[in-house]
Amino acid sequence: MTANGFWQIALILAVAFALSVPFGRYLARVFRNERTRLDPLMDPVDRLLGRIVGRRTLGMPMGWKEYAISMLVTNGLMGLLIYLILSGQGLLPLNPLKFPGLNPFLAFNTAASFITNTNWQNYSGETTLSLFSQMAAITFAMFAAAATGLVVAIAFFRALAAPADGGRNLGNFYQDFIRALTRVLLPLCLVITPVLVWQGSPETLHGLAVAHLVQGGVQRIPLGPVAGLETIKQLGTNGGGFFGANSAHPYENPTPLTNVIEILLMMLTSLSLVVTFGIMVGQRRLARVMYTVMALMLVVAIGVAVHAEQAGTPVLAGSGLMIHPGHGQMGGNMVGKETRFGITDSALFNTVSTAFTTGSVNSALDSYTPLGGMVSLVQMMLNCVFGGKGVGTLNFLMYGIFAVFIAGLMVGRTPEFLGKKIERREIVLAALALLVHPLIILLPTAWALASPGGVAALGNTASHGLSEILYAFTSAAANNGSAFAGLNANTPWYNTALGLVMLLGRYVSIILMLAVGGSLAAKPAVPSTIGTLRTDTALFGGFWFATIIVVGALTFLPALVLGPLAEFFLLYPHG
Amino acid sequence: MSVMKTHAAHLEWGQLAQDAVVGSLKKLVPQHQIRNPVMFVVYAGAWLVLALWIRDLVDRRDALAAFTGTLDVWLWLTLLFANFSESLAEGQGKAQAASLRQARQDVQARRLSEARHDASSERVPGTALRPGDFVLVEAGDVMPADGEAVLGVASVDESAITGESAPVIREGSGDRTAVTGGTKVLSDWLVVRVTSAPGDTFLDRMIRMVEGASRRKTPNEIALGILLVVLTLVFLVVTMTLYPYSWYAVHYAVHRGHVVGITVLVALLVCLIPTTIGALLPAIGIAGIMRLMRANVVATSGRAIEAAGDVDVLLLDKTGTITYGNRQAAGFHPAPGIAKEELAAMARLASLADDTPEGRSIVTLAQQLFPREAQPLGADAVLIAFTAETRMSGVDLDGGRLPIRKGAPDAMRAWIGQHGGAWAQELEMTIQLVASRGATPLVVCADTRALGVVELKDIVKKNIRERFADLRRMGIRTVMVTGDNPLTAQAIAAEAGVDDFIAEAKPEAKLARIRAFHAEGHMVAMTGDGTNDAPALAQADVALCMASGTQAAREAANMVDLDSNPTKLLEIVHIGKQLLMTRGALTTFSVANDVAKYFAIIPAAFVGTYPALSALNVMDLSSPRHAILAAVIFNAVVIPFLIPLALKGVRSRAASAKSLLRRNIWIYGVGGLVTPFIGIKLIDVLLTWM
Repeated sequence: MTANGFWQIALILAVAFALSVPFGRYLARVFRNERTRLDPLMDPVDRLLGRIVGRRTLGMPMGWKEYAISMLVTNGLMGLLIYLILSGQGLLPLNPLKFPGLNPFLAFNTAASFITNTNWQNYSGETTLSLFSQMAAITFAMFAAAATGLVVAIAFFRALAAPADGGRNLGNFYQDFIRALTRVLLPLCLVITPVLVWQGSPETLHGLAVAHLVQGGVQRIPLGPVAGLETIKQLGTNGGGFFGANSAHPYENPTPLTNVIEILLMMLTSLSLVVTFGIMVGQRRLARVMYTVMALMLVVAIGVAVHAEQAGTPVLAGSGLMIHPGHGQMGGNMVGKETRFGITDSALFNTVSTAFTTGSVNSALDSYTPLGGMVSLVQMMLNCVFGGKGVGTLNFLMYGIFAVFIAGLMVGRTPEFLGKKIERREIVLAALALLVHPLIILLPTAWALASPGGVAALGNTASHGLSEILYAFTSAAANNGSAFAGLNANTPWYNTALGLVMLLGRYVSIILMLAVGGSLAAKPAVPSTIGTLRTDTALFGGFWFATIIVVGALTFLPALVLGPLAEFFLLYPHG
Repeated sequence: MSVMKTHAAHLEWGQLAQDAVVGSLKKLVPQHQIRNPVMFVVYAGAWLVLALWIRDLVDRRDALAAFTGTLDVWLWLTLLFANFSESLAEGQGKAQAASLRQARQDVQARRLSEARHDASSERVPGTALRPGDFVLVEAGDVMPADGEAVLGVASVDESAITGESAPVIREGSGDRTAVTGGTKVLSDWLVVRVTSAPGDTFLDRMIRMVEGASRRKTPNEIALGILLVVLTLVFLVVTMTLYPYSWYAVHYAVHRGHVVGITVLVALLVCLIPTTIGALLPAIGIAGIMRLMRANVVATSGRAIEAAGDVDVLLLDKTGTITYGNRQAAGFHPAPGIAKEELAAMARLASLADDTPEGRSIVTLAQQLFPREAQPLGADAVLIAFTAETRMSGVDLDGGRLPIRKGAPDAMRAWIGQHGGAWAQELEMTIQLVASRGATPLVVCADTRALGVVELKDIVKKNIRERFADLRRMGIRTVMVTGDNPLTAQAIAAEAGVDDFIAEAKPEAKLARIRAFHAEGHMVAMTGDGTNDAPALAQADVALCMASGTQAAREAANMVDLDSNPTKLLEIVHIGKQLLMTRGALTTFSVANDVAKYFAIIPAAFVGTYPALSALNVMDLSSPRHAILAAVIFNAVVIPFLIPLALKGVRSRAASAKSLLRRNIWIYGVGGLVTPFIGIKLIDVLLTWM
């Protein structure tokens, strides 16, 4: 890592961490239904949206079941709508380039992908989707999925705090959903989008710019409402690009400044949610411990990835390329990276993107060094290095339940978390949530590797092929959306399998964690004594971290050994 | 404390171990193994590898067969070690149950037609008795059922139940009416109203508890069991999917080496799933109940033991638990113009004939303070006994010319008044002072002179203050319950160092306080023995009843202390905590072990395909087969090594949760991380050397 790179990373992280505190407080205000400065502007919008839901439904207190069902029904209907738009875009307006409807497999995959906040793309936007689809299906889904993730975490926080009505009131899904849109996502998008436009990102309904080249001939450049999509794509930890090249495309991410803005946008809400957790649950010290553990994991990941990319590989060095930075050159592994970002900002962008499970990329992950690529893979396997909007915090808390259970036994009491006893029901639910992630990654990967069709889609053989398939399913399960692009996953089998994995990865764990919340909310609080296991200490933070690594990460070690680690040891013979 | 400490202490360890070996072989049937899902996976793996070994033999692949065979032997040993630990713990229980069952002989009972000693009777077998029947038991008889004495007084040998050889008195009135089936009447007779149905006596329930210890799982154990099953499922998926991964690597990626063998995958699976805790979990549970037994406490449910670890409020009866039960002389306060020696000497003389504990304590204190004043009573001394009318006692010396009396201040003031003596103002102040300290003042008079005040007070048990401090360090609040007035109660509470007290307590007050604690989310433990304690006992989370308690109290409680020692509650809390801590510590150890096992097996399994992976062989193990064997052997051997810990429990100390956690994370977490690296390496060295 260069000194310049180090200071860039330090500065960006410092700004992100600093922003997260006030924004986390603001989120707490929003979801405690306190007054905000945006109320005069947004209250009419709320009323308008509220009319769709109906006043009665909007005022109804919800237990975890009602909350989960409302979430599922809303997401289901929206997913269906997206599917219909994508399939029928040929008949719909704003289709200047006359793209036909998507085939059912791709439409299913894409609908599942965008409603689950994954944004896995088995297509290139500029050659597949009409402008209407980009707006009504893609951008719309980005708002909806982000708001969904946000509000389920909020409902879980409410369950852990002293809930009203004996735990039968975790808030109202529709009210939360609307407030997430009008108080958090829309206002930020309205502010940030013009900045991106100023930096060169287009926001237009013209489908093509036609350029007459100096050397003669004509170049047709696809355009569209890019800047708005780009903002919610990052802010909502969605990640699906307008263009196939995603954030490496100069229209999506024109300058180093937009690169920094986009990195900050990806981090903002997930970082802030930990602060919000501390405020809403009344456990600021615990929130600080959680924040620290996640931040340390993130810093280590960024450090490894940037170092690995900057160091390059012996193959690059042996082929006479400049491996050390200097003389205006970046050195390192520049394969698949944009020169306007360089090593540090590319590796930082992609590492943040997989930590926060956004999935947008500004460089080709498939061309990263084995370790640099593995960092992204591992973060999605953990799925809780801050993680995607809302669900990342939930996953981290799920590991917390196991850590509390084992550590609680070790101090000789029935384990309790935030004053609530962790008993059979919570363990069953959390254990199922734990089980589902490795299950939907390892099993489909095994199936793909064992089936001729699965292997035929590979662009690379050798151990990198295994990494590509493993990456695809990990990305789908973690609702990330980034890809090792060597895999051509636009086949009926991959479209279906990845689509299902995305749906399971999203909803199973959300429902299970909401059920855990509902169960905890209904329990009487146990008063804290000196004999109570304290969770807000560095000691417990360390144990929590160890639980994540040993229970969560080591599960994937055998698969990693046959994929990126085998590659790594082959490339660097002496380790 | 009991003379004959426990039944369990008599166990022959050699015999137990022999039985356990037989037991562990018998347990190798699928019906038994399926009850422990973690170990069942090992069981299935062991059969599978056995089949593979036979295949290797048939195919005459000798080197491979040797490896497969050795590995299978160790898989079976893993199972046997697990079964052995369970059998050993069960053996302790069985031995105890056997000694209890000896007491439950079939006895003949004399059923009375009505509750009179001389009513007409008939001989029936003990099993024919129903609740509500009256029976007569006389010296030499064995109690045919549980019941309540309604008439008579008798001394009873309860050693069959309690291990306590000193006989106890049971009588037809008061709080000592409960009699237990299987105990023996030593003298006199009792008319007993039967309270238990046949097969459901206290003894029967004790036997069931001990025997069934292995079968009934407690809530916490179930939750932990589920966690272990899910971890097992995760690892099952991890190892199963490795086969296609390896197949791809060999056939598509590099065209080198062999697809990983089923034997290796089974070895990896067995090493990764939490076999250590899975194997020892049943033994830990049984051992917890046995530890309680060894403390001479019988729990009527395993749930109660777990609850004991969670208790954060103890309601303790003052008398017997915090103080020595009786008031004792603590000081002499002479009236003006009287020497302390004289007061002490006269108080002693007045008490020599007093056989109450208070009286004896006055004599003892006087002799301690002024040994030279200790004279015997003259031959002409006339003892004046305490009566409810006079409310004083004493002695008349010198042929009645020198009456010495001691008694409550108001009685003595009346007496002095009658005899024309003076009652000094200072004396009154001393009385007030003593009373304000929560002590009882006794006034001593000789002739017409009031000599001064003897201070009687509750003596707080030695070391009890430290024990309460320990409890506080563990986050447990102590509440003293007493019938004393608030002033007295406060003084004793301060001296004993309890956190709170309930003065002038009635049984309803206890019940109300427990409910209040529950409403705040506390878990409450209490002791009790009287019938009027029963509602509170039924309400408390951990209710310890004295064996001497009434039948109603026993029914309401979930633990019975056979020594009738109320301080036992503190020990029970420790045992409860220890049980949970042992489970947590061994789970941490078991899971932490996985890290090293990955580093042993993963490079060994795939080094043929990717030779570069030898870089992951951080322990520098000699060969892939040795590496896999070493991991499996370590995994098996660690079980018997940990059996003593599982049976004895991890050390439980009076410490805050934070320091306990730090200690246990270091020992079992970090220890669990490091130990297998060393162990596997050592086994590898041994394998190479052999």
